Amino acid sequence: MGLVALAAGPVAVLGVFFVLPVSAMLGLGLWPDGELTLAPALEVLGRERTLRVLGFTVWVSAAATLGTVLLGVPTAFALHRLRIPGARAIRTLLVVPFVLPTVVVGVAFDQLLGEAGPLRFLGLGESPFAIVLAMIFFNLAVVVRTVGGAWESLDPRASEAAAALGATPWQAFRVATFPALRGAIVSAASVVFLFCATAFGLVLVLGGLKHATIETEIYLLTTVLFDLPAAAALCLLQFVVVIGLLAVAQRARRGQVAAQRVAAVRRAVRWPDLPAVVAAAVGAALVVLPIGSLLVRSVRVDGGWSFDNFRRLGVEDPTLPATVVEALGNSLRTAVDATWMAVLLGVTVAVVVTRRSHSRTERRLRGLLDGFFMLPLGVSAVTLGFGFMVALDEPPVNLRDSPLLVPIAQALVALPLVVRTLVPVLAGIDDRQRQAAASLGAGPLRTLATIDLAVVWQPLVAAAGFAFAVSLGEFGATAFLARDDAPTLPVLIFDLLGSPGAHHYGTAVAGAVLLAGVTASVMFLVERLRVPGVGGF
Amino acid sequence: MTAHLTRRRTRITVAATAVGLLVSGCSLIGSDDTEREQMAEDAPVAGTTVVLATHSSFSMPKKLVKQFEKDTGVTLKVRSSSDAGELTTQLVLNKENPFADVAFGIDNTFASRAIDEDVFAEYAAALPPGAAGLRLEGSAADRLTPVDQASVCVNVDTAWFAENDRAQPTSFDDLADPAWRDLTAIPGATTSSPGLAFLLATIAEYGEGAWQTYWEGLMGNGAKLSQGWTDAYYGDFTGGGEGNRPIVVSYDTSPAFTIDERTGESTTVALLDTCFRQVEYAGVLENAKNPAAAKLVVDFLLSPEVQASLPEQMYVFPVDSRVELPADWAKFAVQPTDPREVTADDIDAHRQEWLTEWTDITTR
Repeated sequence: MGLVALAAGPVAVLGVFFVLPVSAMLGLGLWPDGELTLAPALEVLGRERTLRVLGFTVWVSAAATLGTVLLGVPTAFALHRLRIPGARAIRTLLVVPFVLPTVVVGVAFDQLLGEAGPLRFLGLGESPFAIVLAMIFFNLAVVVRTVGGAWESLDPRASEAAAALGATPWQAFRVATFPALRGAIVSAASVVFLFCATAFGLVLVLGGLKHATIETEIYLLTTVLFDLPAAAALCLLQFVVVIGLLAVAQRARRGQVAAQRVAAVRRAVRWPDLPAVVAAAVGAALVVLPIGSLLVRSVRVDGGWSFDNFRRLGVEDPTLPATVVEALGNSLRTAVDATWMAVLLGVTVAVVVTRRSHSRTERRLRGLLDGFFMLPLGVSAVTLGFGFMVALDEPPVNLRDSPLLVPIAQALVALPLVVRTLVPVLAGIDDRQRQAAASLGAGPLRTLATIDLAVVWQPLVAAAGFAFAVSLGEFGATAFLARDDAPTLPVLIFDLLGSPGAHHYGTAVAGAVLLAGVTASVMFLVERLRVPGVGGF
Repeated sequence: MTAHLTRRRTRITVAATAVGLLVSGCSLIGSDDTEREQMAEDAPVAGTTVVLATHSSFSMPKKLVKQFEKDTGVTLKVRSSSDAGELTTQLVLNKENPFADVAFGIDNTFASRAIDEDVFAEYAAALPPGAAGLRLEGSAADRLTPVDQASVCVNVDTAWFAENDRAQPTSFDDLADPAWRDLTAIPGATTSSPGLAFLLATIAEYGEGAWQTYWEGLMGNGAKLSQGWTDAYYGDFTGGGEGNRPIVVSYDTSPAFTIDERTGESTTVALLDTCFRQVEYAGVLENAKNPAAAKLVVDFLLSPEVQASLPEQMYVFPVDSRVELPADWAKFAVQPTDPREVTADDIDAHRQEWLTEWTDITTR
């Protein structure tokens, strides 16, 4: 009974801040005059363009997912099982793209692959491959962390036995290692697919308009064509795909070994590891190159080298609401709020879904709840953003004009990451330990403190750090809320990019470098806590 | 306590005076004291807060905002959306219970949509000279007040053409001519407001039924589309610093920002036969919680001080013809005398059809 009460909190929060706004927008599209009108929505689904957009979304996301997995799995092996100098630094570096705002990633890739970039000879400027590459860049960390975490806690004796029996390294991987990692790989892949399929800013900036995905199409239909029924239809379509995928991920996770805190023994690199090491090098290069091009651009002014762009970060510009430094302050404050919200909710959810179920119905219910909190990952940020404005404007929930709206939106984005970090850890605690504590006379709170908290505090701090970094870089949900005159750094960078004057562009790039630096520092601290699988799925 | 009250009273008196001044049409002449006090009693706005909804390009010197707050006793809060399209969408979706009292930044390409949805209440502000000609047609004229304008024109990097010893393009037709192949960068019509304005300019130039052929030629001639103005101007345009295309769709004001420090001359020029004028409007919102103060904000935007700040702050021309432009502007930001025109109603009636056709042509 206590658990039901505990579950009620997060469910209510998600109901108000997710279900309500999204259904408000769907309502505007499907019930325009208080009557269910499906004809225009159905008409949209039959359009040739819709099919093309759906097709493009699916293939580009599938290609990016495949690429991320193919590159990510060997990278995970190299960085988590081998003794490679600087592995921790590389692991930290890989996470930076994941928390960079999409506008910045778009700019970075354009700097690199565009008509004036050093890699223009590849001719990838406006091709779908640029989008695929950027998506891999963005999501590599998800696969590396999830799979790497699972790999770290994997007993190496099975594959050693296979090798002793004469299996080649590839055979040993296929027979002994892969089956044990399959859950983690499928789970990571489905989340990557979700991120790709709902990517917005990335596709807008890199697609050169020639390529539309469902998400950009929803944006176009809502803000330019004012075709709400069509937008609602596409949003529903997206939703169906997302729910299907979450179900797949859930099934895959069921076979996953709960993370046990095995002290990982890393071994020296041998010749057969070469492919994995090469893959890790390629992965690192894919991340380093765009970030490097940003860094180089930030110290270039009028064809020469200069730190002027950085000097301008704190200088007041009359045409902008805040300086970059002030915006960073706003971002940090917003991130603090978003973090405690995400952590509070995430802990509650994780506790609820990991407690031992006493019946099959109860287990299924917990599974559903677990999936429910993953939903914010897969729904259109456009729909959610406009929905916030429409649905949360009247009592009892009049938050539209509140400064808390932005942290709440960001907390929703970070919530699934917190849940996914904590659930395996909590699930790995043997329930008998709690029972023993109880039989020795400890109350429920005391049990929580001595058993759960002792194991969970480190992952908890790590999850909080991750939520903090994600919130720092969050742009999508923040961008669709009307904002007051205290912009966050990603929003200010976006504004800077839109202002005439070459120095604004330079300042924007310098601001992006600053943001990347701050997020990387946060991630580095998280990395130092050495929690397996933080930021993984 | 007494001191506090006194100060408050002084502020109200100052505010009342200011309100009187503003309500009486920005004119000092012909308003005597009794009239002013009378006006103030009708509009007890001092001590209230007014919310201005706008887009992210809006910017105003803090000094002017403080002056406004001091003069009226009203606190001005600004809430911005990303762009005019998003702003319009948010205003329409929230029209029953708006999140602001007054809006600025809806332009003539989005105005009809907002007017048809009854987003704006009637308010006929006293217009400065030069503004009347920029009003919308029909009933919209009494709801939306023109505040600034700038034209979207094809810009050419004259320095690049001089260095490469090639002739510059001069017209729409030239951009589709093989002589200027692979040299043009255009922001998208569906994702940026200058992109939409450029599409409208071509529709006005070639007419219904023929503009599609022009765009096929343009795309066939290697024009590069990008998401927004930034990507086109800074990413692709040689004059913006990063790109390698010397022709770009930008504004008539852009040449004022590309001045070569050595020569004192601008390195780019706008082609004045390829322009579409964008006028930005302000209006009091229907169902506004503080309509009296909202009207003050509209008047404030038309005040000589704000009008004079527009070029430096928002890179647009003031509607007030008396305002003296900055030196660089007066010299290099040349305005078209005969911009291409499509009426706001026409835009609203055909937006979806045009953009769908345009998307089909450009993503073929």
